[in-house]
Amino acid sequence: MKCAPFDYVRPSSVEEAVTTLRQAAGDGKILAGGQSLVPVMAMRMARPSVLVDVNRIPGLSSVEVDARALRVGALTRHALLEAQDEHPLLAEAAGWIGHTAIRTRGTAGGSLAHADPSAELPVVAVATGATVTVAGPDGLRELDAADLFTGMMTTALADDEMITSVRFPRPDRWGFAEFARRHGDFALVTAVVTGFGDGLRVTLGGVSAAPVRAHAAEEVLAGGGTARDAAQAASQEIEPTADLHGSVPFRRAMAAEMVRRALARVGPGE
Amino acid sequence: MDVQLTVNGETTRLDVEPRRTLADALREDLGLTGTHLGCEHGVCGACTVLVDGAPARACLMFAVQADGADVTTVEGLQDDDGGLHPLQEAFVAHHGLQCGFCTPGMLLTAAHLLETHPDADRETIRAEMAGNICRCTGYQGIVDAVQAAGRDQSRSST
Ligand SMILES: Cc1cc2nc3c(=O)[nH]c(=O)nc-3n(C[C@H](O)[C@H](O)[C@H](O)COP(=O)(O)OP(=O)(O)OC[C@H]3O[C@@H](n4cnc5c(N)ncnc54)[C@H](O)[C@@H]3O)c2cc1C
Ligand code: FES
Ligand code: FES
Repeated sequence: MKCAPFDYVRPSSVEEAVTTLRQAAGDGKILAGGQSLVPVMAMRMARPSVLVDVNRIPGLSSVEVDARALRVGALTRHALLEAQDEHPLLAEAAGWIGHTAIRTRGTAGGSLAHADPSAELPVVAVATGATVTVAGPDGLRELDAADLFTGMMTTALADDEMITSVRFPRPDRWGFAEFARRHGDFALVTAVVTGFGDGLRVTLGGVSAAPVRAHAAEEVLAGGGTARDAAQAASQEIEPTADLHGSVPFRRAMAAEMVRRALARVGPGE
Repeated sequence: MDVQLTVNGETTRLDVEPRRTLADALREDLGLTGTHLGCEHGVCGACTVLVDGAPARACLMFAVQADGADVTTVEGLQDDDGGLHPLQEAFVAHHGLQCGFCTPGMLLTAAHLLETHPDADRETIRAEMAGNICRCTGYQGIVDAVQAAGRDQSRSST
């Protein structure tokens, strides 16, 4: 349970980090909170030859608010997201991540880049239509969160790219519900309902390789259907797989129940 | 690599391999074996220490990352006369430990909990301590101990 040897680089700018990654030619990894990367390295499921520790790059843990969104630096710790009150949905979701000792270290950028199908922040990013800013050898580019997640723990990021910030739009109305076996465990199912102006979006985590919108459920709601009908529609449109944490019928039932609970928290629309 | 750590108030310099975890540096290089290693991948909580006042898994942090940081381990909980910390007294009084393997991590998690939530109820204590696994006690005694220490703390501060 010890990591393989690696070279440790501690850049002081994003440009330097990107250059180091480029030089490592696919064998380098960014080290942010280390709460996902270090376990994987300890189990020798990853053995990068270069670790690029971005923790001392100034300006990456800022939180900026404007009328419509919260922009968080990639290095913003889960604990800080949990404590802020400008984006209550993000605060609620961050509070569900692991335990205090995980949230003091883990970062927003790391969570999105790690792209665990059960993680909370990717679901919120898709549910709010977040924009991810990425630095690479050719400068900055912006990416819709929905396009970032390409599959189970895989993203559209190149080996020499780094997330620098994420802009989470602030919904007018929202509801969040999660089912996990024990407090602090990864979610079996997370449901996030968001309202921007007209209509409601329903987004689910834990039911497939990446966060998914439950379009059938959204249509039920748009057509004036009940929360129960929407929950039922969501549970039928997803394609969960069975694993040791739960069977397919169990996951469908949990998805329906989490959608129902998230909708109950949104309250009646105007 | 050369790192400077302040551990329990004492500043030291160490030369470590980058892959040396903070936990191993504390135990192997500094001889502070109070920090226990259970799982070595972040799940059990036995290695929890305070880094700049906040609880962190010492098995998920490389010592080089703690360069310049202030670290508190279970050895740093005792008072200046070497007496037990009130939380340690409470763990003894309320059967908060049996084998003691999980205890250092429990104590540091609890110390931070009582600092940030001075009047934590049982539910808060259970939620905040959920990241620390104990295979002996069944947790009841641990929750009792933390609650008792919290009560004493608020009594002596009024
Ligand atoms: C016991 C335990 C319980 C946990 N429970 C949960 C949970 O319930 N929900 C949850 O969501 N997570 C959970 N986590 C994981 C935690 O949220 C991590 O903090 C998060 O997944 C990764 O963030 P990090 O900053 O620690 O990233 P790291 O571990 O440092 O990195 C993770 C990956 O992302 C890459 N990366 C990091 N930053 C960037 C960046 N800026 N740009 C590009 N790539 C980057 C790294 O190279 C690496 O591949 C848990 C972890 C532990 C140990
Ligand atoms: S040894 Fe660090 S959490 Fe288990
Ligand atoms: S007292 Fe033995 S593991 Fe907790």
